[in-house]
Amino acid sequence: MGVARYIKNEKDEVQDVVLQSGIHVKPLYTQKDLEEIGFKPAQDLALPGEYPFTRGIHPLGYRSREWTTRQYTGFGTPKETNERFKLMISHGQTGLNVAFDLPTQMGLDSDDPLAEGEVGRVGMAVDSLRDFEVAFQGIPLDRIGAGLTINAVASIMLAMFQATAEKYGFRKDRVSATPQNDILKEMIGRGAWIFPAKPAVRLIGDTIEYSMKELPRTNPVSVCGYHIRESGCSPVQEIAYAFQIANTYIEEVLRRGHPIDDFVRGFTFNLNVFGNLWEQVAKFRAARKLWAKNLKERYGAKDNRSLLLRGLFGGGGYGMTKAQPENNIIRGAYYALAAALGGAQTTALCSFDEAYTIPTPRAALLSLRTFQILMEEIGLRDTVDPLAGSYFIETLTKEMEEKIIEEMKRVDEMGGMIKAVETGYVQKEVARQAYEFEKGVQMGELIKVGVNKYTEGEEMEVELHEYRLESAEEQVQRLREVKRERDNRKVSELLKDLERAARAEKNVMPYLLECCKAYATVGEMTKVFKEVYGEFKEPSIF
Amino acid sequence: MEKKIRILVAKPGLDGHDRGAKVVAQALRDAGMEVIYTGLHQTIDQITHTAIQEGVDVIGLSIMSGAHLPICEKLMKEMKRKKIDDILVVIGGVIPKRDIPPLQEIGIQGIFPGGTSFDKSIQWIKEHVKQRV
Repeated sequence: MGVARYIKNEKDEVQDVVLQSGIHVKPLYTQKDLEEIGFKPAQDLALPGEYPFTRGIHPLGYRSREWTTRQYTGFGTPKETNERFKLMISHGQTGLNVAFDLPTQMGLDSDDPLAEGEVGRVGMAVDSLRDFEVAFQGIPLDRIGAGLTINAVASIMLAMFQATAEKYGFRKDRVSATPQNDILKEMIGRGAWIFPAKPAVRLIGDTIEYSMKELPRTNPVSVCGYHIRESGCSPVQEIAYAFQIANTYIEEVLRRGHPIDDFVRGFTFNLNVFGNLWEQVAKFRAARKLWAKNLKERYGAKDNRSLLLRGLFGGGGYGMTKAQPENNIIRGAYYALAAALGGAQTTALCSFDEAYTIPTPRAALLSLRTFQILMEEIGLRDTVDPLAGSYFIETLTKEMEEKIIEEMKRVDEMGGMIKAVETGYVQKEVARQAYEFEKGVQMGELIKVGVNKYTEGEEMEVELHEYRLESAEEQVQRLREVKRERDNRKVSELLKDLERAARAEKNVMPYLLECCKAYATVGEMTKVFKEVYGEFKEPSIF
Repeated sequence: MEKKIRILVAKPGLDGHDRGAKVVAQALRDAGMEVIYTGLHQTIDQITHTAIQEGVDVIGLSIMSGAHLPICEKLMKEMKRKKIDDILVVIGGVIPKRDIPPLQEIGIQGIFPGGTSFDKSIQWIKEHVKQRV
């Protein structure tokens, strides 16, 4: 659950504190600790906006610009989702993060038999460009960036987003999309994979390569430590695995002959915030420093912009509890604090009803208010990296750094992240740790308030978001309409072009764009890929 | 000698969140059961087929997406059709309280929403399983 293990004596004195990452926290830190760990302010710290960026990627931090807030949003039909987008924006949200339903994530159309019962349930249903047109209707795409939480079919969705933007008269070099587009973390901890690892990574390479020229404001990947941490890994592993995943994507693009400085600045990260506050803050600072070093030393990046770790620090689903859900409002506030102290560029919070349902408007708005209060009232905009120089935080940051390097080395020794995932090594480790944590909570060794301590009190009734079966029906109707009204012969030809391009290992993005513009469906385009690439076979870990 | 309880831990449908399923699978194994884990994206047909092949006593479903009612209805129907409706079915995941009676009505008694302790679910299974010869 991300919390530290507290070893107490009979008098309830804390004898030892062991963070999830395995680091022991002392009762007191002094100048001596900095000396012992070899802390050198010039090398380890520098200034914000200066290599190695430990203190932040921008000299003025939140003084110059507030962070972007983008709550994960989407359900039912594109129209319902469009209404929620507008509601959130009217309440001060500054970016979008689109949630797609499972059929869409898995490349299935809403009328596919496998989609039954799932259309519009955990996100918005998208079958064709028509749906994106409705979803983004009236949204100023030149001012509001759109995160697209889509992975296996990210290439399709990015093409569809471009087609939508252009249809609404926005220039493709002015709009900013951030498709999550991180298939390796799907294979570790989120499960929305379709194709085998190697072709899936090639598709990611296609989107990065394409974006360089065609969609310069787009961030083609958001590498996620988040879900791996949700699945059970420690904060140290979260960064180590995220970086090794990012390195895999980097190497795919380098393989095509592109210089590192031409594309890597489009990379972003999605990292988790639940658990021990200090551990998260130190993690973010260590991560920024190591990412810069990784790019400089491993890949010879020269442009400073290539070295910046831009991140969405948020969540954290696993920290939220089903018991006493109001507590999650409080947790959210502390998690937001961790994100701010950690210098996040973007943030999002799981709402208090996280364990129950997708967020109701009330729950989603509370998350926004959490951020607004933090930034406007509590003082998190005041100064950059306020914890710098703290004996504790600087020592902990260096300790996290050492452990992350160790873990990254382990993946290198295994032959890289694709190997580590195909053999099931990471999945096994993560599942084992998840079990250990759960046992710890059930045995009362890891404290979760309301779950195994302070469990008395009245249960709060949680309003549930209602799933409308009618949404699914409407969606299927619209899909049928689209198929009737489009030029089916053209679609068929374009799908054949797509297949030829995919087989020839050409960049598929221009072909996907044409398919989307002709209203080919997600299912049709995915089917082409399935035929060319095959399907991922999950390694057995039991 | 007491035969080990054989349980199939299954992830039906499109939901890919398997932390809970894998954690429970390990707990069931530690409790002395023989656990077969299906992996992700299983259809009802695949689950029932595997259940027959592996000769399991229990089918345990893990559903986090909220689609438990349609999925369970389909499963119970298929189990009846394949004549394996004597296999005990249990379910865990994100299950709102108000969905418990409808689930019970279609024949699922072992309902363990998130937060259920290992001991509770293991005990329940041991008490209710009808071991198949």
